Amino acid sequence: MQKFLSSWWGIPLSAQFGLLVITVYLLLVALAPWLAPFGETEILANAYEPWSSTYWLGTDSLGRDMLSRIIYGARNTVGIALIATLLAFLIGGLLGLLAATVGGVLDQLLSRMVDVIMAIPSLIFALLMLTIVGTSATSLVLVIALLDSTKVFRLARSVAQSIVVMDFVEAARLRGEGRWYLMRHEILPNVSAPLIAEFGLRFCFVFLFISTLSFLGLGTQPPAADWGSMVRDNATLISFGDITPLLPALAIALLTVAINFVVDWKLHAASGLKD
Amino acid sequence: MDSVLWSVGGWTHDRNNVYELFMGSIAMKAILIMVLQRLSLGFLTLFVVSVIIFSAVELLPGDLAQEILGQSATPETVAAFRAELGLDKPAVQRYGQWLFNVASGDFGHSLANGRAISELLASRVGNTLFLAAYAAIIAVPLSLILGILTALYRNSWFDRSVNVLTLSSISFPEFFIAYILILAFAVKIPLFPSLANIYPDTPLGDMLYRAALPVMTLVMVVVAHMMRMTRAAIINVLASPYVEMARLKGLSPFRVIVKHALPNALAPIINVIALNLAYLVVGVVVVEVVFVYPGLGQLLVDSVSKRDVTVVQAVSLIFAATFILLNLVADVLAIVTNPRLLNPR
Amino acid sequence: MDKNNKNFQTSKAKSMMGRRAFVATTLAAGASLGLASERSSQVQRDDPKKGGTLRVGFTQGALSDSTDPASFNNDFMFAYAYGVFNGLTEIAPSGELVPELAERWQASPDARIWTFQLRRGIQFHNGKDFVAADVVATINHHRHINSTSSAKPLVADIVRVTALDSHTVVMELGSGNADFPFIFSQYNLVIHPALGDSIDVTSMNGTGPYEAKIFDPGVRAVYQRNPNYWKPDRAHLDTVEIILVADPAARLSALITGAVDLIDRPDLKTLHLLKRHPSIRVEQTVGNKHYTLPMLSDIAPFTNNDVRMALKHAIDRKEMVEKILKGCGVVGNDHPIGPTVPFFNSDLPQRSYDPDKARFYLNRAGLKTLDVKLHMADVSWGNDSVKAGVLFSESSAKAGINLQVLREPNDGYWSNVWMKKAFCGSYSGGRPTADWAFTTTYARGVSWNESHWDHSRFNQLLVAARSELDQALRGEMYYEMQGLVRDEGSTIIPMFGNYVLAMNKHVRHTEKIASNWDLDGQRFMERWWLDA
Repeated sequence: MQKFLSSWWGIPLSAQFGLLVITVYLLLVALAPWLAPFGETEILANAYEPWSSTYWLGTDSLGRDMLSRIIYGARNTVGIALIATLLAFLIGGLLGLLAATVGGVLDQLLSRMVDVIMAIPSLIFALLMLTIVGTSATSLVLVIALLDSTKVFRLARSVAQSIVVMDFVEAARLRGEGRWYLMRHEILPNVSAPLIAEFGLRFCFVFLFISTLSFLGLGTQPPAADWGSMVRDNATLISFGDITPLLPALAIALLTVAINFVVDWKLHAASGLKD
Repeated sequence: MDSVLWSVGGWTHDRNNVYELFMGSIAMKAILIMVLQRLSLGFLTLFVVSVIIFSAVELLPGDLAQEILGQSATPETVAAFRAELGLDKPAVQRYGQWLFNVASGDFGHSLANGRAISELLASRVGNTLFLAAYAAIIAVPLSLILGILTALYRNSWFDRSVNVLTLSSISFPEFFIAYILILAFAVKIPLFPSLANIYPDTPLGDMLYRAALPVMTLVMVVVAHMMRMTRAAIINVLASPYVEMARLKGLSPFRVIVKHALPNALAPIINVIALNLAYLVVGVVVVEVVFVYPGLGQLLVDSVSKRDVTVVQAVSLIFAATFILLNLVADVLAIVTNPRLLNPR
Repeated sequence: MDKNNKNFQTSKAKSMMGRRAFVATTLAAGASLGLASERSSQVQRDDPKKGGTLRVGFTQGALSDSTDPASFNNDFMFAYAYGVFNGLTEIAPSGELVPELAERWQASPDARIWTFQLRRGIQFHNGKDFVAADVVATINHHRHINSTSSAKPLVADIVRVTALDSHTVVMELGSGNADFPFIFSQYNLVIHPALGDSIDVTSMNGTGPYEAKIFDPGVRAVYQRNPNYWKPDRAHLDTVEIILVADPAARLSALITGAVDLIDRPDLKTLHLLKRHPSIRVEQTVGNKHYTLPMLSDIAPFTNNDVRMALKHAIDRKEMVEKILKGCGVVGNDHPIGPTVPFFNSDLPQRSYDPDKARFYLNRAGLKTLDVKLHMADVSWGNDSVKAGVLFSESSAKAGINLQVLREPNDGYWSNVWMKKAFCGSYSGGRPTADWAFTTTYARGVSWNESHWDHSRFNQLLVAARSELDQALRGEMYYEMQGLVRDEGSTIIPMFGNYVLAMNKHVRHTEKIASNWDLDGQRFMERWWLDA
């Protein structure tokens, strides 16, 4: 505990804030049914009830409690975004490292495949894929993961490539270490910094992508609440200065800022700068 | 939104003599060969993209006849429609025909309304490029300056607030940023029009004025990404020995960054800029819809929903070519700043 | 307009109406009284002013739109059709049929052979005279064997079209149809000039009130007044500019900032806020547009009428009108005949939400619970259709029905989901006559029979009523048919939606506007004006 506390005070204020926010979000995800005052899909009142002691943030267009929807929304939104991003980093990162370490035909093949996918606008690609296979949470995660993995692949490959040619990797190779050893012990530790930085932004782009898909009528399945669709749902109200649609958008923004504060801290630590 | 690329020549080591190396004619020749190689590969990519897009549109449920007739489709009219447009022929044959025509420079006609693709695209290509260039001219310098300043004053309040602002702006969906800007600058303070409806005969001054809000939206969307990459890449090289050396020589922190750190951090920055430029051309359909801007994105989405495969193909190829060219330029620039990348193995 | 002919037509239409139909129409007028008075208090009764430019923000329209009338399928093209062209007949604001390019018409006693007398002395925009050959060519364009026209089913029963002389056309039908002249008010069937064997669909040359100056599908259209227009009391505006603004928020800000004068389909969510705006007027028209939930009656469990009845009682129509249409509509009674259509059956009791009755029907079907999947997309009803499904799901849960709403992609919905999935959402723009509404969607085997419904008594009545010229008898039959669709049909029709418009205060129109389509039956270009 003491050790935790001393290391806690050692990190910058912004990162503390970030970690705190992330913890709160994780709690929301885990404890949504206990924290939310009402059910996720329960229709309780008239549409657009104002803020009151019963409905803290009012009700939405169907008369469902806004606060409960936002709390449950954390579950669906953060869940989907997290799984999709992790999957993208797993696939893209692994293949990228592999392409850089093995090189040759495999590298060419993977790189050209990624070129092709990236050359197709991602929105159109998603539109085509989701229309063909249908929109479910699974297909949404898979399509986003596939699209994002191409970007992670390029990043991982190019950074790894510059590491592969370095002396310490060459030395390990001459020692007779296997490919997996090289990837895990020599290359991965040295590419993690840019990958972490990328993770912070990538993660938040997933929210936006889901929201943009709902703009084209391809959002998540009802009646589950997700922040992206919630913004879209009430967006026209902003034209009259009504702040209802701002709430889920702020929920996304807060998480993005928090994650990137933590990323900045990690990045700074990795750079070896003392100031 | 597109991605970060750290196609960087080395994260931690010194590369001081790169310029001498580059000046050699061998390097020039190598770059030329690479460009040619990449261009031919690019054509291959375009071909594969066209095959994928064609097959995907084929796989989509429903065809042009059904989509055009919509709720009023009857089996007879659908059959007549297909026969008229040759949709009843096998897919491979239709693709072959299309490829042959494109190879001889003819993109054909829209299946839906028979207008020539070249005529359909003419003004829209210009509009899309205009919007992208307009946004880029503002966004790229802005993000570079902000990136350098935040790296210089890293962890200060200035750094923090710029980060919070840009991160918040990319956390909001594009259409939502657009709505807020419209509320602020078209409804509350009527500075700019909320519709960016420009036509072929609109004079340049008018175009700049009418496209102001879409450009502001796009700038807010892309600045964060480029600015954060600039900041990260600069901070990453600040700890390297030669920057340390420069610092020890007593140069001011600003000069250290601009003269020594920035040139060595350029590769990843260039890549991110290239990706964002590609995004400005390729990915702005939402902004086009909200501001009623007649660009290519809307044309593409519209044609996909109508299964108008010739238009889908033409626009997809333009987008793919943009992406390939911008990537090529980025890679050449990356090599110019770090020729070691020419022989990565 | 020729007064005598109009009177002839009106008196005919009045005598056509049975007693009960007359009562029904009066009641409907009473029902919409609230709306009418809301409007009349805001519109000054002034005479049409000439001149000015009306700028309109439209929702519907696509880059793929073509000027071939066979393909018209959205508002942008409907406005084009009625702006640049004329039909043989026209639906007046009152909902009755009046002559347009046809001066008068006559049917044989079995309603099988129709003779249309055409108006003389009318010219197309390029100066060519309008003659019978143009009418024949136009009808054949939709009718010929390789036609790709969405109006083909409408003209399919025409056996022969002949020009008797330069201004008389005779049409022979396969079977009698007392409502036949109504179809010529349809947007597809506007008269184009003959060209060789076919018609000229490319030069946008019509007899209508406006000439298309700029026509850029998916972007905008600019129309200029036809200086030689043949109707003396129409086409008041100098110029009409239609701009496509598909995004609801963008359409709204365009109206508020004054970039356009008039928008269709304002976002209902914002209506209460929009009404407060000092220079903007919101108007509603009760129309025939209705939302449907067809169940494929040949697929279990929907083969059982008790299951269908359980679902019909498990939907809370009132809540749906309030929360989905934001009050801009009326509850439906599970049949497609709107209150303004002749022969509307006002004796049928209104069906309401009753979970106990739903349970009763479930039990009668031998079921304790019911699991069904409802497929919806944003396009099935408009923007909030998926949410409407969620409401249905919540209300039916109280009746022991587990209804799961599945969001389908908009793209490909009409070819992939509609009439393919056993239970989905759909809508109908409504038809001006009972026969038309029933024939297109509820008759055995027709291609738009979205519930695969096949009811022998209903089909028998439909054919009998179509050629019945005794209006009282005809009314009886339509009354029975509405009851059959309501109680044994396989379509839930929870609500009828009003046409909603928002405009600035300078936009003017006659007190009553047509309800067969949005925007005064899409004839706003020739009927409306600006006061400043």
